[in-house]
Amino acid sequence: MSTPKIVNLSPAAATAATTDTVDRGRRSFLKTSAGAAAGLTLGVWLPARGQMAGAGRVAGPGMAGGEPAAAGDFAPNAFVRIGTDDSVTVVCKHLEMGQGTFTGLPTLVAEELDARWEQVQPVGAPVDNARYNNLFWGQVQGTGGSTAIANAYEQMRRAGAAARGMLVGAAAEQWQVPAAEITVVDGVVSHPKSGRSAGFGELAEAAAAQPVPEAPTLKDPSAFKLIGKAFLPRKDSKAKCTGVAQFTQDVRLPGMLTACVAHPPLFGAKVRGFDDSAARAVPGVEQVVQIPSGVAVLAYDFWSAQQGRDALTVDWDESGAFTQGSAEILADYRKLAERPGKPVTSIGDAEQALAGAETVIEAEYSVPFLAHAAMETMDCVITPDAGGGVRVINGEQFQTIDQQAVAGVLGLEPSQVRIEMLYAGGSFGRRANPQSDYLVEAAHIFKAAGGKTPVKLIWTREDDTRAGFYRPLYLHRLKAGLDASGKPVAWQHRIVGQSIITGTAFEPALVVDGVDQTSVEGAKEIPYAIPNQAVDLHSPQLPVTVQWWRAVGSTHTAFAVECMLDELAAAAGKDPVDFRVTLMGEHPRERDVLKLAAQRGGWYDPPLPDGRGRGIAVHKSFGSYVAMVAEVTLDGDDGFSVDRVVIAVDCGTVVNPDVVVAQMEGGMGFGLSAALMSEITLVDGAVQQSNFDDYLVLRMDRMPAVEVHLVPSTEAPTGVGEPATPVIAPAVANALAAATGRRFHRLPLKRAA
Amino acid sequence: MIELRVNGETHQLDIDPQMPLLWALREHVGLTGTKYGCGIAQCGACTVHLGGAAIRSCSLPVSAAVGQDITTIEGLPDGPQGAVGQAVQQAWQDLDVVQCGFCQSGQIMQATALLATNPEPDDAAIDADMAGNICRCATYARIRKAIHKAAQALA
Ligand code: FES
Ligand code: FES
Repeated sequence: MSTPKIVNLSPAAATAATTDTVDRGRRSFLKTSAGAAAGLTLGVWLPARGQMAGAGRVAGPGMAGGEPAAAGDFAPNAFVRIGTDDSVTVVCKHLEMGQGTFTGLPTLVAEELDARWEQVQPVGAPVDNARYNNLFWGQVQGTGGSTAIANAYEQMRRAGAAARGMLVGAAAEQWQVPAAEITVVDGVVSHPKSGRSAGFGELAEAAAAQPVPEAPTLKDPSAFKLIGKAFLPRKDSKAKCTGVAQFTQDVRLPGMLTACVAHPPLFGAKVRGFDDSAARAVPGVEQVVQIPSGVAVLAYDFWSAQQGRDALTVDWDESGAFTQGSAEILADYRKLAERPGKPVTSIGDAEQALAGAETVIEAEYSVPFLAHAAMETMDCVITPDAGGGVRVINGEQFQTIDQQAVAGVLGLEPSQVRIEMLYAGGSFGRRANPQSDYLVEAAHIFKAAGGKTPVKLIWTREDDTRAGFYRPLYLHRLKAGLDASGKPVAWQHRIVGQSIITGTAFEPALVVDGVDQTSVEGAKEIPYAIPNQAVDLHSPQLPVTVQWWRAVGSTHTAFAVECMLDELAAAAGKDPVDFRVTLMGEHPRERDVLKLAAQRGGWYDPPLPDGRGRGIAVHKSFGSYVAMVAEVTLDGDDGFSVDRVVIAVDCGTVVNPDVVVAQMEGGMGFGLSAALMSEITLVDGAVQQSNFDDYLVLRMDRMPAVEVHLVPSTEAPTGVGEPATPVIAPAVANALAAATGRRFHRLPLKRAA
Repeated sequence: MIELRVNGETHQLDIDPQMPLLWALREHVGLTGTKYGCGIAQCGACTVHLGGAAIRSCSLPVSAAVGQDITTIEGLPDGPQGAVGQAVQQAWQDLDVVQCGFCQSGQIMQATALLATNPEPDDAAIDADMAGNICRCATYARIRKAIHKAAQALA
């Protein structure tokens, strides 16, 4: 097999060989079934790993979700298909939005199956909460929280091991030899004693008649051939280098109409009326419909739809709209920060310790709203399906939530909503929207347009930038005390900002005693032994819609905590690394990545010349530990560049080292946009940015040289998609402080005061 | 009627002459490898070659492309800059540059045009030429390396 095919397999194809043979009892079996084109396929159903401890517990993309759970219920899962053509198809339950799931999940299967990497190809799983749920999220199918490899690590390996066991069983039966004498290497099953061998394809049919091993033995890590191997080519690389990879934007169905929507100019504004005569006069425009989120123009192509949308005259009722600006919001937050919020952490007596401290340092940090600005704007296709249902096609990240939401709009049963998961042109959290916002919008348009015509909703970049669901604006106030020896004795941290969880389905799990855990992650427990700590939270409510954004709470808490640590080190007259290390006795993994980054990042080299500076930061998120050293050079009166970033990461067992390195580089680069230039601002309630000319993001010319160092580990694998993102802003802010002798308290970082 | 020559083939299109070349290619010629990212010449996702030069197809009326050779990512390996294009695509795969992939058609078209005119660009030349192509996954470090690698392969 030369190259992976385009991997947007339709759910029908993915389930064809599976749904009719599911045995929901304690034992699971597999059968052969004739696939239309692929010949006989072998399907493997496995007992699922148990759910996360605590019935009904659900964690969203905002949470790492915890450790892999112990074995629990049996629920049939289908992950592996072996074709008579020797192909090994791995059904991937997690969205490929750039983070390498379609490479990582197949690696796990191929490892235990002893398949040849080239014969393995990924396909996207259909929606099926029972079989393809995220094991960290209970019965919820979806991708996020950097959980893909962490939750599926054993599940996918067991799938591969079971399939291997069945191939071996089939060979043993055919060759009349003991199974123990059979080996499997690089996709070839052999019996060395008799000199017999066969490919997977030759054995597929017979293997399908074998019982599924109940508890397949997994390899000892010392026997791994693929897991941890330096470079295993990404499965989506070729398709994405040749333009054939399918994204939602590319879908074209017979009779399909493309929709563009006029959205309210302010949060909370509503359509009072509209004049669509000019829109309807645009050639190609077929329909104009009002929907709850605005007015949609449907046309036979995008250009006509956009022209039509722009020709609409909409009368907006702004009487109930939100009209505050970012500056007023920040001022309100400052007032709020004067009084205590909901308690988050209380160790010792911070108030009293501050009163008795030799030195007290106070600082306020703030971060703006941020748009996700994925390269592919939000888009979604909905088309009629057999039996009165619909098929939803998009870069699908939140199957369970979206299926229910779309079904709700259309008056269908969730089972009547099939979802096809295509590649997503980035997401950074955006496509896992707790309100299913753009999918619900697409469903309303589909319904208003008659429910018979396939509809593709495309947001323009301007729509996407102004649509809300931002990383919230946050204010942090910190106060810390040092004793006479420069040792920190008190830490007081007050956080003010909107909850992204309140009002969503995740509230019961993630809002504990009034505290949105995602608002305080990274601040609630710091890796520094300070005897008196008080952390509290205000969660003001605003109509500006907000959502998780790559690395979620850590995007602001890491900035505040790690910059404050540097301020304390400076006040104590200590080196920032030494200062941290002496406080990290209870946190060896943080300490070790910090030391590694310092060592490799030239921390102990001779000091940089005037006008340059080095900064360091360390942060744990999604179970992984990341430290960075950033080097900056001041440029003219006002500018600066980030020249070099050295990253150390401990993410437990590394499945695909090159993918981890890529996520460190890219996650850091994503965070660097927020550190240097990105910001959504409101004036009188109106979003001031609209496109990449005013919502600035990192470009090639400001990308630093990057070096990544992995900490060898045999711990369970943890997330890599997000943990690099929050660490770069404090590392750069601290470097800038080193270069200028001033502290920096706001993102994006500006040298001018 | 608009007559477009794309990847060596001629297409007769009954479309608005003001339609951006991007949408003519994507929705009327049926070549969807070229992407929409911003529509205002800010991101480079829509980059194609027009008469050998890299241009932003989102901001060029299709009528302005009439009579010229247009190459898209689909036709790159067999087009006028095929040898360079193939080296670039290969380097991209050797280094696993892509993440979400959405920007990469544009990146590859831009990098190919760069190498066609400057066979040995240094980092500064790469940064200057590629700064118009946004990658939200921030694959920039690998893009730089891959351009050097392709340059070496072609030397
Ligand atoms: S879509 Fe043309 S430059 Fe962005
Ligand atoms: S690879 Fe995702 S935008 Fe470039």
